[in-house]
Amino acid sequence: MGQTFAEKVLARKAGLERVVPGQILVVRPDRLLSHDNTAAISRHFYKIGVERMADPGMSVIVLDHVVPAADETHATNHRTIREFVAKQGITAFYDIGEGICHQVLPEKGHAWPGGLIVGSDSHTTTHGAFGAFAAGIGRTEAAAVMATGQIWLRVPQSFRIVVRGQLPGRVSAKDLVLHIIGDLRADGADYRSVEFAGETIAAMSIAGRMVLCNMAAEMGAKNGVVEPDETTRRWLEGRVRHDYEEVHADPDAAYERVIEYDVSDLVPQVARPHTVDNVVPVGEVVGTSIDQALVGTCTNGRLEDLEAAAEILRGRHISSKVRMLVLPASREVLLAALERGIIAELIEAGAVLLNPGCGPCLGAHQGCVAAGEVTISTANRNFKGRMGSKEAFTYLAGPATVAASALTGVITDPREV
Amino acid sequence: MQIRITGRVWKYGDDVNTDVIFPGKYTYTISDRPEMAQHALEDLDPAFAGSVQPGDIIVAGKNWGCGSSREQAVICLKEAGVAAIVARSFARIYFRNCINEALPIVTCDAVDGVEAGEEVTIDFAAGVVTTPRGVYEFPPMAPEVMEIIAAGGLIPHVRQELGLK
Repeated sequence: MGQTFAEKVLARKAGLERVVPGQILVVRPDRLLSHDNTAAISRHFYKIGVERMADPGMSVIVLDHVVPAADETHATNHRTIREFVAKQGITAFYDIGEGICHQVLPEKGHAWPGGLIVGSDSHTTTHGAFGAFAAGIGRTEAAAVMATGQIWLRVPQSFRIVVRGQLPGRVSAKDLVLHIIGDLRADGADYRSVEFAGETIAAMSIAGRMVLCNMAAEMGAKNGVVEPDETTRRWLEGRVRHDYEEVHADPDAAYERVIEYDVSDLVPQVARPHTVDNVVPVGEVVGTSIDQALVGTCTNGRLEDLEAAAEILRGRHISSKVRMLVLPASREVLLAALERGIIAELIEAGAVLLNPGCGPCLGAHQGCVAAGEVTISTANRNFKGRMGSKEAFTYLAGPATVAASALTGVITDPREV
Repeated sequence: MQIRITGRVWKYGDDVNTDVIFPGKYTYTISDRPEMAQHALEDLDPAFAGSVQPGDIIVAGKNWGCGSSREQAVICLKEAGVAAIVARSFARIYFRNCINEALPIVTCDAVDGVEAGEEVTIDFAAGVVTTPRGVYEFPPMAPEVMEIIAAGGLIPHVRQELGLK
């Protein structure tokens, strides 16, 4: 019997011939990702009683959650992190302005096929888009990884999601993954490794694959992954400067479930408040009045997302009653969008440009919402209270649907504008 | 860890996420553990923080703790005095965070047999939860995981492993 992607990577990392689901392994990750929560992690680290990290080269730290610091508390938090970075000799430190950790980590060459990445952020699953095994962990265990260089992981069972057909116009990877989450529900892949495969995925850009793997967290998955191919290798060229050994699932691997989709007739999808699995075709919520529209976040803040929004808003102006926020996922994305004129088009259309970072996604700053207000966002979570008031409402959608809705002031099918 | 605990029940439904257990707006402004307890379940059950008693047990539906990896969503409940969480299932990172904070967790369907305010008894040795309307079995945890809980959480466990007493 063959092995799944997760079984192969984890066996290799544990130095074993093969492993089985349920087995607990102690492994050495290639990279440990953390962000603004590094201050808290550093306190846990020193509480353990060691002075130096086991391997400072493992650590990748990106300030992104509340950047630039919104107030003195956040500023102090950032200062604590900069001091920790200097003291420990961490070289892969990216200060404010570089972007969101899940975009910066691969851009700077820290994700590669067959790599093992753990991160103290639930959307660490994103890096499966590069053929890595990437999973979220807690802060205390991030501190333990810093101290020991190791972590315990349970070998997950695996799902394989096979997707066929060509995505119709103005229907994107986000619509596909929302549709899948609506089917599987928020816990449908709890603790599972989810492999995305099939001709649709093979034809998909890295940005699209990152959307799928990012949102795998919202079906409960331990990790999401797309097998590396020529698209992956091209993207990584010049970013990852060392050799790596790709890991591909065996054709006869044992999956707990194999789920098939055909996207030829897929329509834009929207997740209604207050859970990500509360998904309907856009037609069911068309006409819902909105106050704020957000394009950005670690889910949909890449060049093709900004392009999808600009394509709809070009030469037009958003509704006068809507605030539209645009947050490029990184400095690199922002520069590319500037060069192509996309940023100018979005600003001319009435959008507010924010610096690369997490922005209002987690309700800390830069566009929090008041009671009764409605946001449509390209983010990955719409939980009650997440973006500010617990009496506010967040709808999740792809960038085209968000842009079309900003244009009209009500939730709108992007194929009709 | 006590082998057998009995406690008053706070009962909740499915898919309770970490944003309603501990709101994101506090994640970088509150670092004091007892203060975290004052905001426990703030956006789900505003009555909880004011009236939870040490030894109370949370009994819930499926996918408890989904969403953000924030550990404060475990710490705030532990600091509030919650003795254990019994749920039909747990979100993965939350499950790990509970182990690392040594907050006992039990995966079974006890939510079907109890109402809020009633008592349940968890017997970790026998692997059963006894409710007013039924007895529910749960599987034992892996020995590697039990070691961490027995040490009092991941930090004391790592200290032991590194020979720091």
